[in-house]
Amino acid sequence: MTEPRIVVCMKVVPKPEEIHVNPQTHLLERANVRTEINPPDMNAIEMALSLQNQYGGMVEILSMGPPSFEHDLRVGLMMGAEHVYLLSDRAFGGADTLATTYTLAQGIHKLGDVDVIMLGEESSDGATGQVPQGLAEWLDLPQLTLLTDLELDIQARRARGKRVLKGGYERLEVPLPCVVSVKTACNEPRFMDFRLKAWAADPARLTVWSAQDLNTDPDCTGLAGSPTTVTGLAAAALRERKKIQINGTHEEIAARLAELVRGLQ
Amino acid sequence: MTASLYSPAAARKEIWVYLEQEEGALLHISLELLSKGRELADANGWRLVGLLLGAKVAHLVDQAFAHGADAVVLGEHSLLRHFTIDAYAQAAFQALMSGKPGVFLLGATHNGRDLAARLAVRLRTGLNADCTNLHLEPPEGLLISEVSGFGGGVLALIGMPQHRPQMATVRAGVFNVSEETPGRKGEVLTFPVVLDESKLRTRILERNVAEGVDISQTPLLVAAGRGMGTDLAELRQLASRLGGELGVTRPLVDMGLVERERQVGQTGVVCSPKLALCCGISGAFHFVVGIEKAGTVIAINTDPDAAIFESADYCVVADARLIIFELNKALAAVGEAEHD
Repeated sequence: MTEPRIVVCMKVVPKPEEIHVNPQTHLLERANVRTEINPPDMNAIEMALSLQNQYGGMVEILSMGPPSFEHDLRVGLMMGAEHVYLLSDRAFGGADTLATTYTLAQGIHKLGDVDVIMLGEESSDGATGQVPQGLAEWLDLPQLTLLTDLELDIQARRARGKRVLKGGYERLEVPLPCVVSVKTACNEPRFMDFRLKAWAADPARLTVWSAQDLNTDPDCTGLAGSPTTVTGLAAAALRERKKIQINGTHEEIAARLAELVRGLQ
Repeated sequence: MTASLYSPAAARKEIWVYLEQEEGALLHISLELLSKGRELADANGWRLVGLLLGAKVAHLVDQAFAHGADAVVLGEHSLLRHFTIDAYAQAAFQALMSGKPGVFLLGATHNGRDLAARLAVRLRTGLNADCTNLHLEPPEGLLISEVSGFGGGVLALIGMPQHRPQMATVRAGVFNVSEETPGRKGEVLTFPVVLDESKLRTRILERNVAEGVDISQTPLLVAAGRGMGTDLAELRQLASRLGGELGVTRPLVDMGLVERERQVGQTGVVCSPKLALCCGISGAFHFVVGIEKAGTVIAINTDPDAAIFESADYCVVADARLIIFELNKALAAVGEAEHD
């Protein structure tokens, strides 16, 4: 390897205000909602593209979901990625993290030799934060999670990154290839380059792979491959509070609050 | 369906709790999980077992017993001195495959989350993240995890009937620590950790950890939302004046204004202060769950229809920035008067 091949796994998610649960199926309602690229994944693609600026090579995008996600994924092309691979099949629907990470791993296998696989630290809809590590496990690769920066040593085939810890950080080194999760908000994602709009809209820039293309085991994907099942839904009842109004000038209100605060100390 | 490495029939009636330690001290979350685990074990006649990994950590077993563990599975190795995913996943996997617990609980810390996610795939089992409550249903001991999420007000109940261990992570502050029983005894089950060194691929080049921020145990929470703008100096001053901690809503963390450890709510920290002062916070459900355990809630917001007022004991419709400025002045004046 002289130049790195980097794959960013991106998830398309419903915008936060559009998330609803289907009362019959207990699954997230994903039809007819406005979507966006999972915001933490924007930090991952930014880190990938800045590595490409530094070391050369190529950034590609891997995603899983229905064909309707194409529009959002082309945003990644306009930011500077080379190609999008979309894993799309009805058999992949309803997947929990075990089935999702299995399917993504099959996609990585089909891509062939990849040096760095990058993901956001969590998704804004599921927010389990388990996919990067689970993917690394299926691929039997080392992982660097919650990174705020990453450097590659191309000659020695090693990656070094700074991982956030509670109250500090650690610097870790692993051999390539490896899986990386990127700390949310650790960088400023670049804007799309609108001059690339026509280029990015070219159908040849996006490849869709089905279950057949990936040769996935039907017992391991989608709902069938998911150990966890939603057994019920309950309304989360919030505690009743007193709701006492405090009125007056700012000084009067502050004086009343000062009393309350001191009384509770 | 992918089968887990051991089946429900092969699983033991044991709840295992991962006893996470840092520099030879147990994390508070481990005690919280032991307390909840004890409750579930008692209700079902199960055994509660702590899994303790590290180098020279045997002295921690008494604390685990005092907090309810019937036994501690102890794996010590010099390469477990600091957490690396490679070594810890191997050691934990070895212990789990030999003990075959029905349930395995971990804290949703940085390292606990990594370990849980990697082990779940290695064991081919399911993992519920950030559970807000746990139930163990007789007779088979099906673990039902409550996951609050999906926007507003809905709890999903999630189970995994055919996979073991049933894994779940829980954030700090969700469960309370029950009173300890000093001198309570238990069984120490030491196992020889065998590490395949060809799979130890992570090198720690540098570690720099100071005392971390933990807002889950603060008696007074001063919380800021977008209504406070980007200047939090007055709020930080108020928090330190009152011996409390600053907490924030998620957007302020995502903007990079405040560290993630200070995020209150469903994807942040669940706090249980005596008083929570919520400033410029709209009161979305995923925030409010983080102050559900507060004794008293005061909310300040310019919008009289803000949802936060539904979850407040005292409601102030005003610009929080101005009120906080005045409150700091009022408290400073009192402080001076007391010193005269």
